[in-house]
Amino acid sequence: MSDLEQFRAETRAWLAENCPEEMRDGDITAENQCWGGRQWEFQSEAQKRWFEAALEKGYTVPTWPKEYGGAGLTADEAKILTEERDRINARKPLSNFGISMLGPALLAYGTHEQKLQHLGGIARGEIRWCQGYSEPGAGSDLASLKTKCEDKGDHWLINGQKIWTSNADISDWIFCLVRTDFDAPKHRGITFILIDMASEGISVKPIVLISGHSPFCETFFDDVKVPKAYGDGNLSVVGEVNRGWDVAKNLLVHERGMLGTMSPLRGAKGPENLGGYAAEEIGLDAAGRLDDPSLRQKIAQAEIDDWAYTLTVERMNDEANAGNGLGAKSSMLKYAASELTKKGSELRMDIGGTDAATIGADGIEYDSLANTWLYNRAYSILGGTTEVQLNIISKRVLELPSA
Amino acid sequence: MSLILTEEQEMLQDAASGFLTENAPVASFREIRDSKNPDGFSRDLWKEMAEMGWAGIIVDEEFGGSEFGYVGAGVLAEQMGRNLTASPFFSTSVLGATAVQRYGTQKQKDEHLGSICDGSTLFALAVDEGPRHRPEHIEFAATPHGNGYILSGSKTFVADGHVADKLIIAARTSGEANDSSGVTLFLVDADAAAIERAHTPMIDSRNAANIRVDGLEVTGDDILGEVDGGYEALEGILSAGRAVLGAEMSGSSQQAFAITTDYLKEREQFGQKIGSFQGLQHRAAHLATEIEMTKSAVLKSLQLLDDDFESASATCSMAKAKSGMTAQLSTQEAIQMHGGIGVTDEYDVGLYFKRVHVAQQMFGDAGFHADRLAKRSGY
Repeated sequence: MSDLEQFRAETRAWLAENCPEEMRDGDITAENQCWGGRQWEFQSEAQKRWFEAALEKGYTVPTWPKEYGGAGLTADEAKILTEERDRINARKPLSNFGISMLGPALLAYGTHEQKLQHLGGIARGEIRWCQGYSEPGAGSDLASLKTKCEDKGDHWLINGQKIWTSNADISDWIFCLVRTDFDAPKHRGITFILIDMASEGISVKPIVLISGHSPFCETFFDDVKVPKAYGDGNLSVVGEVNRGWDVAKNLLVHERGMLGTMSPLRGAKGPENLGGYAAEEIGLDAAGRLDDPSLRQKIAQAEIDDWAYTLTVERMNDEANAGNGLGAKSSMLKYAASELTKKGSELRMDIGGTDAATIGADGIEYDSLANTWLYNRAYSILGGTTEVQLNIISKRVLELPSA
Repeated sequence: MSLILTEEQEMLQDAASGFLTENAPVASFREIRDSKNPDGFSRDLWKEMAEMGWAGIIVDEEFGGSEFGYVGAGVLAEQMGRNLTASPFFSTSVLGATAVQRYGTQKQKDEHLGSICDGSTLFALAVDEGPRHRPEHIEFAATPHGNGYILSGSKTFVADGHVADKLIIAARTSGEANDSSGVTLFLVDADAAAIERAHTPMIDSRNAANIRVDGLEVTGDDILGEVDGGYEALEGILSAGRAVLGAEMSGSSQQAFAITTDYLKEREQFGQKIGSFQGLQHRAAHLATEIEMTKSAVLKSLQLLDDDFESASATCSMAKAKSGMTAQLSTQEAIQMHGGIGVTDEYDVGLYFKRVHVAQQMFGDAGFHADRLAKRSGY
C-alpha cells in the first residue's frame, strides 16, 4: 500500500469513528456551521463532539503546520481528507473567516509570534474574526479607504468607519485596512492591522438588508488605541507599515477562492436538485416533462452550468496541487459562483411561485427561500463585485490593455 | 483521479500541437476547401497521422493501437479544433473504433481494428434520418430475409459518408420508429451496388453525405452488437462522439478566443487599443470563464469514458451541451469583436464560426442535451 493509500484508509477509519451521524448531512450553511469564538455556543452535542475530535487531530485547519494548530497535511493528503469527508457527507468541523481568509494571509506574511497567537486561536476555535475592508466611500475602489491610523509612539490611534463587516457584532477580533499615510499614492499608504473588538472606542451597528435580516454591520472606530505589539515579536501590524495592500490582495485571492468554491445551486433552500424540486412543485405533463417548458429549459441549463462550475473548482484545485497556482483565476470562480448562486435561488423562487413570495406575519422568515433569494443578491457584490472580478480577469488573466 | 492531464497525455498534446500547427494549420484547410478537393481531406496527412498512432488512438495495443483512451482522443481533437484540421479522425478513429472495439465480435475486431490503426480503412456512422439529431427515431428498415436481412432506407448527414470504406448503419429490425428497442447496427461495405451516396456540401466545408440504400442483402455476420439491442451500442458510440466533439469545440473556442484577444491588444480606434474598452473587456472575461468551465466539463467526460464507459452517457451529454454553447459564444464574439474584417472570408474567425455551428448540430445541440438530461433527472 502506498503512503497515500494508507493515509486514505486511516482517514476513512478515523472519520467513521469520530464523525457523529448528525454531522453527516453535508449541509453547511451560515446558520448551522460551527463558527467558534468567545461567544460561541455549540448547537448540539454532536457538533461539539465533532469539533473536539477534529481539533485533537489538527483537522480544523488540516494543511496548517502542526506548531500553529494544524495537522501539517500535504496537498495530496488534504485532498484525500476532503474526498473522504465528502464521501460520508460530513460537515466541516469548524469554518469561519479566520480559517478561509486571515489564516492564509498570516501564513504568508505573519511573524512566527503572530502565527503562534492568531493561527492557534483560529485553529482552536477560540477567536472569531471579522474583516474590516470596505468603507462608505471605498467599495469597489477599496484602495481609496480613509480610516485614519496615527503613530502615537507606543500605540496606534484609529479613527474612522468600516462597513459590510460581516458578523462584527459577534466577532472577537477584526483584521483591518487603515490609512497610515495620506500623502502617498493610495495603494502605498495602507496598513494591515489586527485589532481586538473589545478595544475601547469600537462600536458596531447591524445593517438591515432587503430581506429584513443581515449578517452585516457598520463598525465605528472612535479614538481606538491599538498597542504596537501584543507580545514579543507579536506586532499588531501584519507585514510592513504602508505595505498592507500586498497583504490585502493576498487575502482577497483567498476570499475569492473561498467564495468561488461554494456550491451555488446546492446549499440554497429547497431540495438539492432543482429539477426534482420543480417536478414536486409543478408536476409533469403526459410525456413526463415538467409542466412548464420554459422553466424546464432554464433549470436544465443551470444544472449543466453548475456541474461544469463544480468540475472547474476541482480542476483548478488539482492544477494548484500540481504546482500551477490559481492566482487571478480565482476571480473566474468567484464570478461564476456568485452568478450561479443568484440564478439558483431565482429559479427556486420561480418554481415556488406565489407560495415562495408569501412571508410570515413578522416579516420574511430567516430560514425561508425568500430570505436566501434576497440575500443572494449580495453575492455578486461582496468580496469584489462581478464587475470588479471581470476587470481583474481582463487585466490579470487576459492581460488586456489599460485605458 | 485528478482532473488534469497526465504527463504522458501532456506530451501527446505538445506533439499534436506542434505537428498540426506545422502540417495542418487553417491555411491547409482553406486550400482543401478552395481546391474543391473531392476527398475533403489530405490523404497524405491522414497517413502521417496513422503513422504517429493517432488513427488507433483508442484502440488497444493488441490490435495495433496506441491505447491512449478517450482522453488521448480528446487531446488530439482539441488540437484539431484549434487548427480546423480536416481528417477522417472523428468518423474512423472515434466512432468506427468505438463501435468495433466495444461492440464487435472477436472476428470483427481482428478484421477491422488493424486497418483502422494503419489508416487504410475509413468508417462512417449513419444514424440520423432528418435535419435534426433524433437517434431514437429510426425508420431505416432491416427486413428479415432468409438467414439475414434486407436493408432499405435513407440516412442524412453521414459524416465522411462519401469517402468511407465501411458504413455502420442503425436500422430497425423490429418495433416502431421512436422505440429504443428493435434497433440493430449493421457494418457494411460502403461501395455495395445497392448503396447510393451523395456528397452534401456543408457550410463548414467538411465531409458529409446523404445515403440511400435500396435492397442491400446482409447476413448475421454483418451485425455489430446485439440484434434489436443496437440502441445501447449506438448510445455508447454517440457518447464517445459527443465527448470528442466537445473537445474539438473546446479547441476551436480557445483558438477563436486567442485570435480575438490578440486583436483586442493590437487594434486601435478612438486613439486607443480597443481591448482597453470595458464594454469589450467584460465580454472577453465572461467568455474566458466559460472556456475554463468547458475545459473541465470536456476532460471529465473523456476521463469517465476511459474509467467507466457505460456510465458516461449523461456526462458526455453535459459536456456536449456546455462546449457547444461556449463555442457558439466564442465564435460569435470573435466575429463581432473583429468588426468588419470578422465577416470577411479572408479572415479565419468566420471559418471557426461555421465549423462550430455544424459541430453543435452534430449528435445533438445544447437544447437536445438539456432535454435529455431533464428527462433523465425526472423532470
